[in-house]
Amino acid sequence: MELLPNIIFSVILIIALGFFVINIKRLRRNINFGKGQTETIDDSPQRWKNMIRIALGQSKMARRPIAGILHIIVYLGFIIINIELIEIIIDGIFGTHRMFSSIGVLYGILIGLFEIFAILVLIAVLIFWTRRNLSRIKRFYETKMMGWPKLDADLILYFEIVLMSLFLLMNATDVEFQNMNNGNLISGLIYPFFEGFSSETLHILERSFWWSHIVGILIFLNYLYYSKHLHIILAFPNTFYGSLENSGKLNNIKSVTNEVNIMMGKTSESDTLDDINFGASDVKDLSWLQLLNAYSCTECGRCTSSCPANITGKKLSPRKIMMDVRDRIEEVGRNIDKNGWFKDDNKKLLGDYISKEELWACTSCNACVEECPISINPLSIIMDMRRHLIMEESSAPNELNNMMNNIENNGAPWPFNQQDRLNWNE
Amino acid sequence: MSRLKIKTIEDFQNDGTSPETLFWIGCAGSFDDRAKRITKAFVRILNSANISFGVLGKDESCTGDPAKRAGNEFLFQMQAMTNIETLNSFDIKTIVTTCPHCFNTIKNEYPSLGGNYDVYHHTQFINKLLEEGRFSIKGGTYKGKKITYHDPCFLGRANKEYSAPRNLIKKLDAELSELKRCKSKALCCGAGGAQMFKESEKGKTEINIERAKEIKENTSKIVATGCPFCNTMLTDGTKSFEENKKVEVLDIAELIVKAKDL
Repeated sequence: MELLPNIIFSVILIIALGFFVINIKRLRRNINFGKGQTETIDDSPQRWKNMIRIALGQSKMARRPIAGILHIIVYLGFIIINIELIEIIIDGIFGTHRMFSSIGVLYGILIGLFEIFAILVLIAVLIFWTRRNLSRIKRFYETKMMGWPKLDADLILYFEIVLMSLFLLMNATDVEFQNMNNGNLISGLIYPFFEGFSSETLHILERSFWWSHIVGILIFLNYLYYSKHLHIILAFPNTFYGSLENSGKLNNIKSVTNEVNIMMGKTSESDTLDDINFGASDVKDLSWLQLLNAYSCTECGRCTSSCPANITGKKLSPRKIMMDVRDRIEEVGRNIDKNGWFKDDNKKLLGDYISKEELWACTSCNACVEECPISINPLSIIMDMRRHLIMEESSAPNELNNMMNNIENNGAPWPFNQQDRLNWNE
Repeated sequence: MSRLKIKTIEDFQNDGTSPETLFWIGCAGSFDDRAKRITKAFVRILNSANISFGVLGKDESCTGDPAKRAGNEFLFQMQAMTNIETLNSFDIKTIVTTCPHCFNTIKNEYPSLGGNYDVYHHTQFINKLLEEGRFSIKGGTYKGKKITYHDPCFLGRANKEYSAPRNLIKKLDAELSELKRCKSKALCCGAGGAQMFKESEKGKTEINIERAKEIKENTSKIVATGCPFCNTMLTDGTKSFEENKKVEVLDIAELIVKAKDL
């Protein structure tokens, strides 16, 4: 009977990790559904530097100082407090109690640090909640943000409030730990509230907080896949694979290069006989990197709030583009789960999720790309969808057709004769 | 107005020589009346610094940027490959241009199609001339005056060039007064991504009007920029300012020409 808690703990842990692995596999499969062209990903050391600087070092967060600093607190708290998980898991499996407390002063320093961060995270999260729900910051209130995205954002905050509180309460009700008086910086202040409790009650409370805390963490871990909170994992690969080129560079489609070479008589061989789609109308036409971008998006809306089209009231919202891509690839994923393969559902990213009006409003100014704290590129998706509109559907606004006819016929977007190119000097 | 001294690359070839650089003029600089004045201003600067430069004249054609950003990759690559053939046949090594769109396309998108050149925006080129002691700028006309600067997206965010144009404004002894949204946070003028050639989508306001509001808040009477399209958009956007708020939108090359009376 004594082993029962250890067994229950191990079973819960295995089930939680098992579900997590299943979700990661599903994530991989969905991301690899993207068949579009990516730039060659070299193994430049710059990629590691970018990941360390942008994801680990949070270098772009403080562009918006308030949200940035609060985020860095929560992020550091998350990383640091989770060190304690090692002890919790060991205790859970082997039935020990505070396995590492024997290391003495260092243990007190660590737990003290965790407790300080726990209280800082609590404060930061409460401010986040206030910003989201009371200050009603504009970028949190576009149509796409209503419903699940709003609930998701709040749920994450509630999760964090509950987990941090449980962590502090679990320490506060641990009589043995309080008597050690080593690192109970914050919980030592809560302890007096429990003074009248019998040692038995305190033990039961401590166990309940301990169990709720670890089970809460395991639930949160499995919540990630369904949430924008997935960014805590995907921000790392996403910044690693982010473009190393000037953001002004838009990729040259290789299959088009082949076609143009043939047209210009530079080569006669066509290695593009396969069924080629130019541009993207659905998630399968996007690249795995673009789909990874979509799963990494935290819906913070910095892109949208800096987008000139959005600022001036146009329909385009770069964040919505990213959220639409994730919604669609999720829909496709569920379709595959159900049928074993992708059964045509007569739906497309273009039209059913993203409208032409949104796509044509973009000025390709790169503000969204510049703002993203984790190197997401909404512009590349907008451009790939425009490519589909032009090259597969020939559906461009009329003025653009005129512009392109002019370039084709006289080498300028306006109807002037190429022979007159030096007339400016008349 | 008298004609400026220019030579085509073909002229150079006929003389058996080659110029130090090619001046890629771009469609706006060739055909748009306002932008032609920017072209002339930069030619005056090149001539006063005794730079041997050539132009392509009738051999120049659109880089393909507006087609590419509209989504027409075919037309873009046709234009790009034709231009690269021309440039390579003249053995061009260095290119300077007054248009950030041409600059971005030739610099970033031509290399993988076989076009490799040293590409400069004219503000970078003028800085280079200053560093090499081949050209100098003195205050004069703009000494102590407030000038604000609008970052073109394709020079700024797209290519991380924020300092070259600012350095030139400082060389004019002018007081550079930044707009609220500047450098990597600069607001677009509304022309990029082929928007220049179409009506904008339905919204509350136009992007250039939004930018103009910010220009009005900044009390500078001169708005400097380094892009013919930004120039057009901002000139239009600021047109409606009351008499006492009127601003002048000028390219940095024009500021230098006026300051030096070239």
